[in-house]
Parts: sequence; structure tokens; C-alpha cells
Amino acid sequence: MDEIKTNKTEVIVVGGGPAGIASAITIARAGHEVILIERGNFAGSKNVFGGAIYAQPTREIFPNFEQEAPIERLNIEHKFAILGKEDSTTISYRHKDLENPSYTVIRGKFDRWMADEARKAGVIIAEETVVKELLIKNEQVIGVKTELEEYYSDIVILADGVNSLLAKQIGFRDKIEPQDVALSVKEVIKLDKEKINERFNLTDEEGCVYEIFGGPMEGILGLGFLYTNKESISIGLGVGLDALCQKNLKPYELLDSLKQHPTLSPLIKDGELLEYSAHLIPEGGYKKIPTLSGAGVMIVGDAAMLVNNMHWEGTNLAMISGKLAGETAVTALNKGDFSEKMLLKYPEALEKSFIMKDLHAYRNLMDEAHNRSESFMGYYLKEVNGFFNMFTTVDSIPKRQKFRKFIFDFIKKRNIIELFKDALSAFKLFWSILIK
Amino acid sequence: MTLDDKLFTVKYRPDCESHLKPDFEKCKTCTSKTCTVICPAKVYEWEENEQKLTVNFENCLECGACRIACEKNCIDWEYPKGTKGVTFRNG
Repeated sequence: MDEIKTNKTEVIVVGGGPAGIASAITIARAGHEVILIERGNFAGSKNVFGGAIYAQPTREIFPNFEQEAPIERLNIEHKFAILGKEDSTTISYRHKDLENPSYTVIRGKFDRWMADEARKAGVIIAEETVVKELLIKNEQVIGVKTELEEYYSDIVILADGVNSLLAKQIGFRDKIEPQDVALSVKEVIKLDKEKINERFNLTDEEGCVYEIFGGPMEGILGLGFLYTNKESISIGLGVGLDALCQKNLKPYELLDSLKQHPTLSPLIKDGELLEYSAHLIPEGGYKKIPTLSGAGVMIVGDAAMLVNNMHWEGTNLAMISGKLAGETAVTALNKGDFSEKMLLKYPEALEKSFIMKDLHAYRNLMDEAHNRSESFMGYYLKEVNGFFNMFTTVDSIPKRQKFRKFIFDFIKKRNIIELFKDALSAFKLFWSILIK
Repeated sequence: MTLDDKLFTVKYRPDCESHLKPDFEKCKTCTSKTCTVICPAKVYEWEENEQKLTVNFENCLECGACRIACEKNCIDWEYPKGTKGVTFRNG
């Protein structure tokens, strides 16, 4: 028992990503002891994302980050590109929103900066340390076991990412199924600042985001992305792991064909590959959220499946869930109560926040998306490009004839029962998002 | 550009022992061998002559996809030691 006294702190946070750092800094700022354990050699070194963080939620944790943090560009344009075999249709929304913008960042720099801020606030960060298992006594989590030693604490916060082996160890969730995750691969391509500005119609500080549908991911649940950094482009895609397995697709080959698409290839032309990376995205949605708290333990961020894939949101849910868990930990420490009942305040706070409200509103999304991926990610996308092809082609065929043929083909190519099922699926989805 | 060229851009500190331990006996009876397809770093290769799965664990990007995709659910998957594995500089 002597060991417990010497190797004991108030809170241990496992994982130095946005969720872990947000919870650790919240607790340290309230004057409590926190140790944050990170398995990489610096925070961010094992992390990969598309590209963007959101100003409003980030300001909740780091009010001055826009002046202090390593930021790449402020996104002023969002493009939604539907790729066909050779053609594409793009909708673009351009707006320099200074109130609630998003910024591209490089995680190896940004997470490291956040960790430094946490250190300044008093968080002790132990890098290059893997937590092998949670220590449990009388059904209460009482600490962690690393490769070298055992550490004890009143509360352990699990921010150990999408694979969260620790959540599984304590039975807070079942095995993750392939349909609950997307596998993402990304390439960061070095390109001159001037070239980026010219190709994307930007100034030095401005950025552009592409969300990409179809193309090599036609008919499967997958999306491409492209973000502009200061002097590089991040291009990648995320595809449902179940689709990769069923269709025997290699993720890097899909990315190669995406990069070769005539709509995208001129944007990255003559660029030099800086780094290739891969990561899983938790996409199980509301129905796959694990048990979020228990005696002495809370789960935050990706480890808790907190991702809103419909809106490309993840890091914001991570930061806010981390903050809410941190606030619950502070209340618990002040009362000296680390029971299951006490820590239930964290999932209760999540329920009241946009996090659970949004995830609940989209609870049917993944079911419908899996069921109808062939139509919504395939057939209709092709029809969008088909429509604009018909609309813009000048070939001396009377317009009425062309319109009628388009409508006739649209119905003929698609079985009427399938059309009906698609409509029903879309209706169900809108109903659950908007009404109940 | 080949996958090997891509992986050449990734910074690794390789361990001498594998953090990925498939049950090789079960691999022999696996029909899909999904791990050899979906792994973004082509860590797994099936040697038809030797009837054995090769594990190039030094190339692992630590995504965890193989563990979830394995139809035999037989990959004992751990994080590499704290001082080992991949370091993303531009994640």
C-alpha cells in the first residue's frame, strides 16, 4: 500500500489529443494535480485528421489560440465536388467568416502547442509511455499500469483514441465492427505558397476546403477531402472499412485514382509528397457510443465515438467532451466523491450539450447510409453530373426532347421500387433530424 | 508512385519484435485474407508457397484497421512500445 501513496495523483488522463488535453487543462486550471500520458514521442505524433479545427469550441479551451497557436490558413471557401468518371459538378460557398471560422492546422504542430499550454497550466505530461491496462479494485478504476510501473489516481480519463483498448478492457463497449469505422488515408503534398494562392484563388492567410463525393468512391460509403495548408496540400479520403473489405479495395489505390481525377490533379500538380499517413475515424454514431462513465473513470473524444461525420466534426466534439469531463472531475475532486453516481454528471452534461443533441438527431444516418449507399453515393451523384452534361451540351437537339429523355431515363434506369425506397429513406432521415 | 515510395516519407522508430501477432494457424483457414488488402501500409502478405502470413510490422501506421477487419478476429494487436513505432509530423 505504500506504493499507492508515492505513485498517486488526483487525475490521470490517457492520451494527448484534443480531448485529453482539454480535460487535463480544465482540471489543472482549477488547481488540481493531473498527469497526462501520451504514447507518442510528442502530443500529435500519432494523430492524423483531414484538416480543420473550429474556432468557437477551440476558444472555449484556448481563448487566444488564434494569436498564439501554429495555424496554417483560415478557411474562406468550402467546395462540394461531385466527381464522375471524367467530369464533375462543384458547389462552392465562399465567405470570410471571422466570427466562427475554421482553420487548417498540422496536428504534429498544433497538438504539441496545446500540450505545451497544458504544461504551462501545471499538467505533468509523460510522453513515450503506453498504458497497458487499467487498475481496478472493488469495481472502481484506481489507476493505470504502464510498461514500467503502476500509477494510481482518484479518476482516470480515457482519451486514448478510436481504438481505445482500455474502454474495451473494462467492458464499456463491444468489439468495434468494420461498419463502425472509416479508414482514412492522407497525403500531405508540398507546394509553393504562391502556387496554392493562385490555384485556389487565395491570399497568404486564406484557405480552401474540398469535400469530395463519388469518383473512385462511387457507390460506396466514402468521402474525399482536400485542405490547403500554408505551404502544402492535404488530400485524402475516408472509406467505410466494411466497404473496403467487401469490395477488396486498397485504400492507397483509391487515393491514387482520386489524385488523378481531372478535377483535382491540376491542383496538386508538381507537388512533392511530404508524408503519407493513415488513421481510423469512429463513425458508428449515436447507437455505438460506449458507456461513458463509471466509478473512477470517464471516456472522451474518439474513444467515446464522438464524431459527427455528416458535418466533418470531430476535434470540436473531442475538445468539448474533454472539457465537460474535466469539469465533472473538478466537482468530484472538490467533493472527494469518485463514485459511479458522481461521475454520471459527465454523460448528463454531454446530453445537455450540442454533442448528444446532434448525434441523437443523426442517429439513423449511418443505418440509412449503409442501406442506400449504392443510390445516394452512386446513382444520384451520377445523375447530377448527367443533368449538367445534358444542360450544357449544345448539339442542335431540341431542348424539350433532351429534358424528356433525361426524365424518362432517370425513371427507367432506376427500378420504381428502389426510387420509392430511396424517398422513404430520405424522408425517415429528415424526419429524425428535424422533428423527432 | 508506389506504396513503398509513400511509406519512405513516414518516420519510424522500429522495434525488434512485432506488436502485431496474428494467430498463424487461423490465418491458414482464412478465405478472405482481408488484412492483405485493406492495410494502408501493406503490412500483411500471404506467402502461398509457405502457406504463411508475413507481417511487416515495421511499416505499420498504427491505424488498427486489421484488428477490426480480421474475419477470424485473430490479430493480437497492441500499440508499439512508447519509444517505438510511427511518428507523424504532418498528421
